[in-house]
Amino acid sequence: MARLTIDDLKQIRERAAPMLAVRTGTARAKITIHMGACGIAAGARDVMTALMNEIERLGLADVIVTISDCAGSCQREPMATVEIRHGAPVKYVNLTPEKILKVLRQHVLGGAIVVDSALAASCEITG
Amino acid sequence: MAFRSHVLVCAGTGCVSCGSLKIGTAIERELDKHGLRNEIQVVNTGCQGFCAEGPVLIVQPDGVFYCGIQDKDVPVLVEEHLLKGRPVQKLMYTPPAAAAPIPMLAEIPFFAKQKLIVLRNRGLIDPERIEDYIARDGYSALAKALTEMTADQIMQEIKLSGLRGRGGGGFPTGIKWATCRQAALHRGVEPIVVCNADEGDPGAFMDRSIIESDPHAVIEGMIIGARAIGSSRGFVYIRHEYPIARERLQKALDQARDAGLLGTGILGTSFNFDIEVVQGAGAFVCGESTALMASLEGRVGEPRAKYIHTVEFGYKNLPTNLNNVETWANVPLIINRGAAWFSSMGTGEVADNPWNGSSGTKVFSLVGKVNNTGLIEVPMGISLREIIFDIGGGIPNKRTFKAVQTGGPSGGCLPEALLDMPVDFDNLTAAGSMMGSGGMIVMDDQTCMVDVARYFIAFLTEESCGKCTPCREGLRCSLDVLTRITEGKGEASDIGLLEEMGGVMQDACLCALGTSAPNPVISTLRYFRDEYDAHIRDHRCPAGTCKALIHYEIDQAKCDGCHACVTICSTGAITGQVKYPHLLKQDLCIKCGACIEACKRDAVLRV
Repeated sequence: MARLTIDDLKQIRERAAPMLAVRTGTARAKITIHMGACGIAAGARDVMTALMNEIERLGLADVIVTISDCAGSCQREPMATVEIRHGAPVKYVNLTPEKILKVLRQHVLGGAIVVDSALAASCEITG
Repeated sequence: MAFRSHVLVCAGTGCVSCGSLKIGTAIERELDKHGLRNEIQVVNTGCQGFCAEGPVLIVQPDGVFYCGIQDKDVPVLVEEHLLKGRPVQKLMYTPPAAAAPIPMLAEIPFFAKQKLIVLRNRGLIDPERIEDYIARDGYSALAKALTEMTADQIMQEIKLSGLRGRGGGGFPTGIKWATCRQAALHRGVEPIVVCNADEGDPGAFMDRSIIESDPHAVIEGMIIGARAIGSSRGFVYIRHEYPIARERLQKALDQARDAGLLGTGILGTSFNFDIEVVQGAGAFVCGESTALMASLEGRVGEPRAKYIHTVEFGYKNLPTNLNNVETWANVPLIINRGAAWFSSMGTGEVADNPWNGSSGTKVFSLVGKVNNTGLIEVPMGISLREIIFDIGGGIPNKRTFKAVQTGGPSGGCLPEALLDMPVDFDNLTAAGSMMGSGGMIVMDDQTCMVDVARYFIAFLTEESCGKCTPCREGLRCSLDVLTRITEGKGEASDIGLLEEMGGVMQDACLCALGTSAPNPVISTLRYFRDEYDAHIRDHRCPAGTCKALIHYEIDQAKCDGCHACVTICSTGAITGQVKYPHLLKQDLCIKCGACIEACKRDAVLRV
């Protein structure tokens, strides 16, 4: 490692912020991709990969992606639950890589729910 | 792609000895199998504290805590939780007597009541990566101390915080630093800073765990201290029985040196400082400041009289500031968050006078007859009851609490009546024990207090360096008397003899090992006098552990002749036909107690 300056310390901290958000489980927003067998069969993994690549590209430190089991509405998979801290969770259905990126831009970053893809709000908190 | 999930596997000594490193590798292998290696990161962290349940791991960002993980559990864990997102109930922690497991780390009582300051990074960072430490604000206090604060301001901040030495003495750190710097200025020499990592108390592993989980915190603390005191040379004196801690410390020092955080021109400033690791051979007395410095110089680790303190004449007669691992690890946070924040935790108003209370937190290693053994950090002033019953989860096997031993071998045993006492330096001392470095050994009703005193005195007899007569002979004599009492050969005059011997040692020993050595005897005499009387007068051991004073019998009415005790007895002392009550021959019995545990009908009696 090169000799560090005080600015280098700051940069290392900023670069590591997304990693720490995952490790401490604290973030402004959490997106849960439902990865039951039904979700995976319907393409949930592609949805997740697209989402994670975009988050990394934008360098978002305060958005974490996690997975959970089937949300119980298998015919509407792939599904995702978006939880903004202190807000009600929103479920999105019939997702594709393009749709999840719209959710990221419009809901997570913009604060407006993507009504076309939403199933319902507040139906389940993922904890 | 960034990692969406982190599996934080405990790699403290306790979990490593239960095979946690292998578990980590197995998880990586399973992740490979499912093609998840790019999504999920496996991290080896330092001690996460819950040693009783090891190997332990945390899955983040979900915050799920898993314990007692075996090789065979790994495929299920990876497939269910990491691939499909279904946390695995059967691998979660279930408190004793509870019906359902508790999935979330934050909701487990063992963790929930703790306050992590020194252990702030435990289970969050890989101790072998300096980047992880920097990510958690590491070395930002150093940057502040070097560029925004004068040496006086640093000193003042530490003084106002009320931080007192965590190695056991409880001496105010700010005053020690100031005295050392003054001595150096007065004599026109450069002072030395030393970190005492020679933790040697039986049942204590706080310092080891701090170095194992966050070595850079100790290093950063030392650099800040050196800057305040005006030193360019430091040592860490660490015992060679701590291989993992030593290795991580060495690695951390190398990384810090590479990064320009040690050596010349630290962080681009004109400040120079470097640290050398010196291994101790594992003598208990070398935790004492003057003995430690003798050992540092390569001499025999023996203490000297301390009418001249080591802050004036220490290592090679230079002014030397010695602080314990935990004390150093507190320093960066005090600099970063301020003295007022630090002193808002704990007892007493310490800003004017650090002797007025105990600020901050204390790390304890909680061991013995308690459900949740492990490493904990709690605010000063918490009660013993909260530590033992809320965090520790109470006494196992339906036994009852008898005593808690604090302060290591030279500490004392405190009874149930003192359970609600707030834990701080002064309360513990007033109760006849001491803070020590933070070992806490819980004892149940099957622990004989005379035998406990004998055990600690035997330890100290072995570890006494022998330089001064009161310690060398006083301990031997006390051990003889205590051994005699546990063998049922005690005399009424023995108690007076023990008390007298203790008084002489407290007055006349050369170092703190000797002056505090009578504590186990004096405190058990103070709180458990009746047990001494029972041994001496009635030749009876109330706890039923002193072998010379007990024997075993088989209750003929209860024994159904199942033969379990006959099978387990290694000396053939129990005989009898199946389905007929058995007999125990006293002359063959070695009183190991295996028959009691084997009997399902409580027919074996200890009398």
